[in-house]
Amino acid sequence: MKTKAIALAVAGILSTPNLYAAEPSNQELLDILKKQQSQIEALQEQLKKTDEKVKESDQKIESSVTAIEENLGTSSTKMPSIGGYGELHYNNIEDSESIDFHRFVLYFGHEFTDSIRFFSELELEHSLAGDGKPGEVELEQAYIEMDLSDTSKLKAGLFLVPVGILNETHEPPTFYGVERNPVEKNIIPATWWEAGAGFNTQLNDGLSLDLAIHSGLSVPTDGSKSFLIRSGRQKVASADADSLAYTARIKYTAVPGLELAASYQVQSDVTQGAFGADANLITAHAAYNSGHFGLRALYASWSIDGLEAEAVGRDTQEGFYVEPSYRINESFGLFARYNAWDNNAGDSDETEKRQTNIGLNYWPHEDVVFKLDVENRTGAQDGSGFNLGVGYQF
Amino acid sequence: MLNNVNLIISINVRRFLVMCVLLFNAQPVFAKVYLSADTFVEQVVQLTNEPIHFKSNTLWLNQAIQSEIKTILDHPYAKLRLRYKISQSQQSPTTIWFLDEIGKERPISFAVAVKNQQIIQIKVLEFRESRGYEIHIPAFSQQFDNIGVDENGKLNKNIDGITGATMSVNAMKKISRVALLLHEIVVKK
Repeated sequence: MKTKAIALAVAGILSTPNLYAAEPSNQELLDILKKQQSQIEALQEQLKKTDEKVKESDQKIESSVTAIEENLGTSSTKMPSIGGYGELHYNNIEDSESIDFHRFVLYFGHEFTDSIRFFSELELEHSLAGDGKPGEVELEQAYIEMDLSDTSKLKAGLFLVPVGILNETHEPPTFYGVERNPVEKNIIPATWWEAGAGFNTQLNDGLSLDLAIHSGLSVPTDGSKSFLIRSGRQKVASADADSLAYTARIKYTAVPGLELAASYQVQSDVTQGAFGADANLITAHAAYNSGHFGLRALYASWSIDGLEAEAVGRDTQEGFYVEPSYRINESFGLFARYNAWDNNAGDSDETEKRQTNIGLNYWPHEDVVFKLDVENRTGAQDGSGFNLGVGYQF
Repeated sequence: MLNNVNLIISINVRRFLVMCVLLFNAQPVFAKVYLSADTFVEQVVQLTNEPIHFKSNTLWLNQAIQSEIKTILDHPYAKLRLRYKISQSQQSPTTIWFLDEIGKERPISFAVAVKNQQIIQIKVLEFRESRGYEIHIPAFSQQFDNIGVDENGKLNKNIDGITGATMSVNAMKKISRVALLLHEIVVKK
């Protein structure tokens, strides 16, 4: 019914003669075209403006992103940097038990320009420092380093002496064993820092040379510690600078996993004017990691001139260690270390100390380590026991 | 004997100091630049032994991608987007990534080429750290050739490290994993 009504209405409209009379004239068509043309032009103009705005927006976004990215990059390189490491030790040797937050270290660095930078290391040893307290607050590094060329640099200030394996790299996750090895501790003596100037250059890919002029040791000249190398560290604390020392090191690292290095040091007088005791240190080491296996070996020897050092048998002080290891996976590693050293090697007595450590490192993260080792002391020292430790770096 | 040694050293010390003064007057230089990005691309083209043309693309590092990167680097990547190169003609595309990561204190610039979820080549473009420059030596960086990741997202081959440069080595290992991740993301697109 409805459909029929619509059909009749349409038919009525179509049959109306006035429909043809509404057809526009040429002038009207021309006006319509003109109007449409102006609309098209307006739209084109609008499109052009939109394009320009889009380009402008793109440029603004590009500038903003670039600025943000530059800031993101700057925040990590141009601002002062902070890092550090620490280690807590539990020692149980011959029923003597102790627990000690051995080292709490903070690094502060700053990059003045791309070629001039500052680096420092501040350490609190044994948790508590002060009169009658077991610990010390020590400034172990504070130097300015300047690139001289793309292969050479110079540093001036207070820095770690370029000798041995652990003296410059001793963050707990980087080595096996709760305590640092006794050979580098008692012979080299690590950790050892002095004030002066150091020059480093890469002679070739994987071959580098270090030269340094720095303050020297000042060993005690009487008592039980006379001429004991480790007791000669002045730690650049209002230190006597009467007699300087000179260190050279050559290091070869061209083969992946391998480091070979040798250092030679001359001390013009380890008594700083008391006896005129010239001394020199020779160290050589190898560190090799291939697959799961690792091996570290080091030899160090002091030779001190003078009758005074000879009289107490300390004109020669030397030691070595060998440390094979096996990295089970990313998280676990096993090691064994045999150490032998003698701070009285110049006499005929049996004064050599020997120590064996066997243990395990567990890294839950590459910068966090838990350590366990058993220790056996022989030779001129006795005792056995075990050590536990936790360490970190950041 | 030692007096002679001291005399020699004294002379050498003077020479050393003169050398230092001369060197201080030298023009300061910045990062050690081992390779340009363009040269790296040319090397990759030569390695593939087939006609290859790269086009440049941009990958915006959205939250999901940054989150995955963070699981590798322990921090988000300090960019909002990455410009990379992708081969056009190959059935299995090659991608090239230019990525920075801090070793101990300063950023190291790497270039990494990836194909079939394996690294074709990784090179150090610029090195700014004070230790660990040895990672640029081919004998070291070639250890990463044809390396991929295992089911845990870790590199599937052992890398022999460098004593005293653990952090630079770790930076290179992490960047390899990031490049493999980004390759997978853009190839799956």
